[in-house]
Amino acid sequence: MIPALTIENLSKVYGDGFEALKGISLRVEQGDFFALLGPNGAGKSTTIGIICSLVAKTAGRVCVFDVDIDRDFAAAKKYIGIVPQEFNFNQFEKPLDIVVNQAGYYGMPAELARQRAEQYLRALGLWDKREVQSRMLSGGMKRRLMIARALVHEPRLLILDEPTAGVDIEMRRSMWDFLRKINAEGTTIILTTHYLEEAEALCRHIAIINHGEIVEHSSIRELLRRLNREVFILDCVEALPDSVAVAGFKVRRSDANTLEVEVEKGQFINQVFVELERQGIHISSMRNRANRLEEMFVNLVEGGA
Amino acid sequence: MTLAEQYIAFMTIVRKEIRRYLRIWTQTLLPSAITMSLYFVIFGSLIGSRIGDMGGFTYMQFVVPGLIMMAIVTNSYSNVVSSFFGSKFNNSVEELLVSPTPNYVILMGYVVGGITRGLFVAVVVTLVSLFFTRLHVHSYVIVAVTVLMTSTLFALAGFINAVYANSFDDISIIPTFVLTPLIYLGGVFYSMDLLPDFWAGVSRLNPLVYVVNAFRYGVLGVSDVSLPLAFGMIGLFTVAAFSFSMHLLNSGTRLRQ
Repeated sequence: MIPALTIENLSKVYGDGFEALKGISLRVEQGDFFALLGPNGAGKSTTIGIICSLVAKTAGRVCVFDVDIDRDFAAAKKYIGIVPQEFNFNQFEKPLDIVVNQAGYYGMPAELARQRAEQYLRALGLWDKREVQSRMLSGGMKRRLMIARALVHEPRLLILDEPTAGVDIEMRRSMWDFLRKINAEGTTIILTTHYLEEAEALCRHIAIINHGEIVEHSSIRELLRRLNREVFILDCVEALPDSVAVAGFKVRRSDANTLEVEVEKGQFINQVFVELERQGIHISSMRNRANRLEEMFVNLVEGGA
Repeated sequence: MTLAEQYIAFMTIVRKEIRRYLRIWTQTLLPSAITMSLYFVIFGSLIGSRIGDMGGFTYMQFVVPGLIMMAIVTNSYSNVVSSFFGSKFNNSVEELLVSPTPNYVILMGYVVGGITRGLFVAVVVTLVSLFFTRLHVHSYVIVAVTVLMTSTLFALAGFINAVYANSFDDISIIPTFVLTPLIYLGGVFYSMDLLPDFWAGVSRLNPLVYVVNAFRYGVLGVSDVSLPLAFGMIGLFTVAAFSFSMHLLNSGTRLRQ
């Protein structure tokens, strides 16, 4: 099966001499849900800008479903839907007009454009707002409007640049559900995000970019497998004694009813439960202290700094 | 994109442009009607009656073609410059840039949007002028060709201005300090015969001279410059402006990083 996206030795040097991309290579398979992570200024948006023609590359090759953008960019663009980081629509236009016009730019006949616009505005909960000026929409609604606009020509590859930035939790969850649904229906999705739990919850593969270089490119599962240490927070039913110890584990009492336990790779957390049970300590719930991916991300990025 | 798809994209841009200037008609259409009415009253009726004949016509008859052309020039220019710069300013131009719409379709969409506004205002100004004088059109064909070529040329000029503009100041500097003086010195209000030879020669570098005179010939049948030269110069300027606009779009100047 041909890949959805192939990037080979892609580099970008801006006019002021800043080298934003230093010959990166990436491959995203069809149907994948792919996360492109990295700190601010790492080169994520430059990469996306090149793929969708808003940034001119300095060197390298980009193919979308095997169509080289240097040979037939128009054909490649038909495969791509882009949801940028910043709002990039005329805020005085109505959502329905924005989506219908975008369909027109892809050569879609008016009737079909209207049907599709209705389909996606309904799916994203914006149909009731179709006739209001877009500037009146909330931040979350504006982001969903950009998703509807990106989907109206039914692209095979959807690229979202920080789609849930500044969106409340409920809205973020509903956006996740929507993205999972269209991914399950066959759309390949590439996502950049600063929320690492978002990448962990949604994506199957990941690339981490830092200072214009790919420092990690693997599956989320593989990445998590490489974690050497996890910290779990245990909520206890009864008040804890002043000092709690479990042989072989680092345990810290963070308050009267909460313990933090470090579990190294190769250790089993069952041992902790057995030992605490023996000491008469009952656990009501357990969670990770920090996002697991976040720890790996910080290690990779700081390691390359 | 197939030709049919390109036509849909083109019409989408044109419709969007027309809707835009009709939605804000008090800013786009009304000012020209009011300004031109004032010109007709002041230069045509009040001052014109004391000037006497110009080129064998009453002063009012003489200035009307120039004033109609002035409205076409300013409106086709300002429609494209404000609309395209606005889409650059709010980044909505990216909607077009990420789409497969070819660059020439993008350009022609905006240009035709500007042409329609120029025509719209021309009709309004012509109707207003009929309250002040009677117009006998010498050649409808020459009038139509001049209007189309002129509005195309100045819509393209507006596009070039919009591409280079970084702020709203930049889109008013050219109309104020370049376009308006060229219009006033382009023979709208006087015949070139009144100028000393040196300044008449200098005036021939002004594209507005050819535009105004070609249109005046179409309406009145008189012109300070030969018609083939006028059409040749307008055509030359138009081809140059189109080629440069396409170069800007293809190179992504000020549009792509």
